[in-house]
Amino acid sequence: MLATVIFYAIAALTVGSALIVAFSRNILYSTFSLLGALMGVVGLYVLLAADFVAMVQLLVYVGGILVLTIFAVMLTAGIADVTVSNRAVGTVPGLVTVAIAGGVMLYAITRTHWHQAALSAPAPTTYAIGNAFLGAYVLPFEVASLVLLAALIGAIVISRHEAVE
Amino acid sequence: MGGGLTLDHFLILSLIVFALGMFCVLTRRNAIGILMGVELILNSANINYLAFAFFGGGKYDGQVFAIFVIMLAAAEAVIGLAVVLAIYQNFRTIDVGATETLSG
Repeated sequence: MLATVIFYAIAALTVGSALIVAFSRNILYSTFSLLGALMGVVGLYVLLAADFVAMVQLLVYVGGILVLTIFAVMLTAGIADVTVSNRAVGTVPGLVTVAIAGGVMLYAITRTHWHQAALSAPAPTTYAIGNAFLGAYVLPFEVASLVLLAALIGAIVISRHEAVE
Repeated sequence: MGGGLTLDHFLILSLIVFALGMFCVLTRRNAIGILMGVELILNSANINYLAFAFFGGGKYDGQVFAIFVIMLAAAEAVIGLAVVLAIYQNFRTIDVGATETLSG
């Protein structure tokens, strides 16, 4: 019962923040509402007994990506101009497309009989995930480090100022 | 978690977040707004991964995948925002409707 109440509270936070992200006319409101959405997702992860993933989400998303996004918003002009800073066009076609796609997925979700295993008591997951990363998933883990290195170099190359000759 | 929460609760919540992210990507003209929509979509996918992992018997594969998704989202955000800043330096705007040099 308590879990249900907590779920709906977190769901309200997540969906409410996501609504502001999607519909706000001000890019700053959108950015700061993204904080609420990401924090709500952290709560969902905890509810789903994924403590390590929740902490990773908190560190990487809230601590990294969100701060980076705020930096990018601040570094691009037109912030103060509320009407043009987060313009949205094609709202009606967008809504129709989203409604169709969402309707199809909702139909699929509600019509499918999902197999549900017996729930085990939540246990710390860090040890098992660490073993998985250095065991069954060691190759993707190493490739991931290459991807991060490429992203790092790529970001520097893209965003630096070219030397004028 | 015996409180009557089922997989459907999480799937439908993730569907709502996905729909909002998709709407954001489709309608925004601000490049950063589009990137925020992509973040919402990736988060909804992660909710699905963890929900299936939890209700599927407590295996860790779903959580490992979620961590990979978070990692790729971080790389995507870094590259995306670098591109946005480069566009801003060249065009003095990040309206994706105004940057149409390559359109035929």
